[in-house]
Amino acid sequence: MGNGTSIGRVRGLGASHHGAHQWLVQRTTAIANVVLMSWLLVSFVMLGDFDYANVLKWLSQPVAAVPMMLLVVSLFWHARLGLQMLIEDYVHDSGTKFAVIAALNLAIFGGGAFAIFSVAALAFGGQA
Amino acid sequence: MNQRPLSPHLQIWRWGPHMLVSILHRATGDGMALVGLAVLVWWLGALASGPEAYASFQVIIGSPLGLVVLVGLSWAFFTHLMSGLRHFVMDIGAGYELKANRAWSIAAPVIAALLTAGFWALMLLR
Repeated sequence: MGNGTSIGRVRGLGASHHGAHQWLVQRTTAIANVVLMSWLLVSFVMLGDFDYANVLKWLSQPVAAVPMMLLVVSLFWHARLGLQMLIEDYVHDSGTKFAVIAALNLAIFGGGAFAIFSVAALAFGGQA
Repeated sequence: MNQRPLSPHLQIWRWGPHMLVSILHRATGDGMALVGLAVLVWWLGALASGPEAYASFQVIIGSPLGLVVLVGLSWAFFTHLMSGLRHFVMDIGAGYELKANRAWSIAAPVIAALLTAGFWALMLLR
């Protein structure tokens, strides 16, 4: 841990102790988004027909349901970091900032859980 | 706290392609986070809720306004993708030479517009 010298602060990764963690996660989720969004757009072109029965048949297969769930995780995680950065840049009052970031986290986990549950319901053949 | 100097913002600096690509990256990213994820969640939720819910999703998203949103989201995706790839190149320390940086800031949104057109051509021609 840091003892107050410059190099000590660098080694200790600063006051929050996680240094560039968010920066790095934004990059790793970005790479996942490139891969999984490419899969989604190619799937859309291949699918062609977006009727209920046709989409259900496609998305209830494991080979489509699993990447869709991974895509939801990766997109929501990346979006959370991006929106948090927006809030940190433009909301200056620390109390308001805390409240908005808390609301963001609720929306991200709520929306993500709903989306993943929906795909799981399709894949397991139940009605949500 | 309120007296601290702030950096001049978009309305102060003379516009250049680097500024445009930077603010486009933020606008398209946060736009997709707010609108795109809502459409994705709605689409998956409607599918899981059955044929009737999916039919009403299709009616709204297939309306002229819905299609504008979908085309806008696809444009936002490709724009964010291209400026994001530009960021990856800059992350490894490359592409900071003035001419190269300017060239790629112009190229990124242009390539993105072409990809958007190409994607919809593929979708509609099938």
